[in-house]
Amino acid sequence: MMLLSIDLTFLLEKAVLISAVIAISLVAAMYSTWMERKVAAYMQDRIGPTRAGWGGLLQPLADGLKLFMKEEIIPNASNKFLFVLGPGLAMMTAMMTSAVIPWGKEIHIGEKVVSLQIADINIGILYIFGVVSMGVYGIMIGGWASNNKFSLLAALRGASQMISYELAMGLAIIALLMLTGSLSLRTIVEQQSTGWWYFFKQPLGFLIFLVCAFAETNRTPFDLPEAENELNFGYHQEYSSMKLGFYLFAEYINMFISSALMATLYFGGYDIPFVNDANLVNSWGVNAVAALQIAALFGKIFLFIFFFMWVRWTIPRFRYDQLMNLGWKGMIPLALLNMLVTAAWQLYRHA
Amino acid sequence: MEALTNRSKAVDRRPMTVWEKMYLPVIAKGMGTTLKHFFMKKPTINYPEETRPFSPVFRGLHVLNRDEEGRERCTACGLCAVACPAEAITMEAAERKEGEENLYREEKYAARYEINMLRCIFCGLCEEACPKDAIYLSETFTPSNFTRQSFIYGKPDLLIPDPVKEPELYQKAKGERAKKN
Repeated sequence: MMLLSIDLTFLLEKAVLISAVIAISLVAAMYSTWMERKVAAYMQDRIGPTRAGWGGLLQPLADGLKLFMKEEIIPNASNKFLFVLGPGLAMMTAMMTSAVIPWGKEIHIGEKVVSLQIADINIGILYIFGVVSMGVYGIMIGGWASNNKFSLLAALRGASQMISYELAMGLAIIALLMLTGSLSLRTIVEQQSTGWWYFFKQPLGFLIFLVCAFAETNRTPFDLPEAENELNFGYHQEYSSMKLGFYLFAEYINMFISSALMATLYFGGYDIPFVNDANLVNSWGVNAVAALQIAALFGKIFLFIFFFMWVRWTIPRFRYDQLMNLGWKGMIPLALLNMLVTAAWQLYRHA
Repeated sequence: MEALTNRSKAVDRRPMTVWEKMYLPVIAKGMGTTLKHFFMKKPTINYPEETRPFSPVFRGLHVLNRDEEGRERCTACGLCAVACPAEAITMEAAERKEGEENLYREEKYAARYEINMLRCIFCGLCEEACPKDAIYLSETFTPSNFTRQSFIYGKPDLLIPDPVKEPELYQKAKGERAKKN
């Protein structure tokens, strides 16, 4: 009977947490589009959207409304089921990663201790890699179902790019795992809040992870699947209305999640910089510190998002052969080297 | 072919050096440039709210002027129509009747006065030709409309607001360019 005795408060807690995380990632992604336009404008000596709301703050809503109002076109020759599935899958895989990211330590509601993480699973990083790899399906299915040879080519391009860079990303993570000895993201964050951030122990690993994150999220300089100026979009060529919006939106959610991931893995996650969190809990109380921790994590995330945009509006796109050269001949050997050096260091230290 | 100007630059096609092949230092340099621009002052002018200052010789849409008491200055002499190189101006004269002295300054006035703004080239010759200072080019510009017909401006569109009844509107329509009277 143990299986049937479900703890209702537990269910409620998780349901609230899941909705909150989904809502927050959606809003953050929405406002990333606003931020993107503003950052792009400021870097090009313009001022960006200013008309919709104060400082153009309602611009994302206007954009969303516009996408909803647009005519929905499903090509005759397309595979309708897959055509609709593609953007949904892209969106879903983008959202699923957020399940294992710890957004803060814990809060106390009355007697109850609520951990600010949807699921603290002991294979957190493996789960993330599994889900991120599924992101390729969104692109592949979208390109395939369009029944357009150019979409298909672009989808192939995107898929091969993501697979190539996933390798180097995985190798960079292995080096990190040698230090942490755990796959649980919460443990990794806890280790960083007491000791050094892993960025200082794994600078090369972080660099590789960062570059691969750019490739995984299809951001410039690796936005070859899209290539909006010379190849005119690519795998979502045939999409219109909100289905196109989903693809574009999934990119921003991906960016948000990978920023959160980088902050968690290398920059201490919800650890408040320069302060000992444990001491702060004693003087300020758990809930206030949890709020500060969430703020700290979001600060880090938005710095990373700004960095993504900063890079996008600075450098041009790589050519496809350059991309593959960099991935296979640059990133992977470098990641292997990083892994070997870390392994040797760990052996030396523990021997 | 020999270069026609000294401005052309040969493209550097040397293979990338090791430093450049590392990408990151050069990218960092580029990102420094964009960050510098991020904090620069923006030259944007928020158009409808802000406008660029006009040159003193700016020539916008025409205005038919009134005198200080609000009477129309135009006497329908036709000199502007003759001066107009684009033949955009047509008018019909009429004689002032008893009791209309507060409307028209002289015995003859323009009953109909039309400027086709699509023909007009905004050269300002009408303004130069006018002996009565009745027409001048204001600082109003960018008219918009749905039909071509509505770009033929009649007297209601052209006449300046009455300086006695609506002094503020009058000053606004008059702008900086009108002659001092």
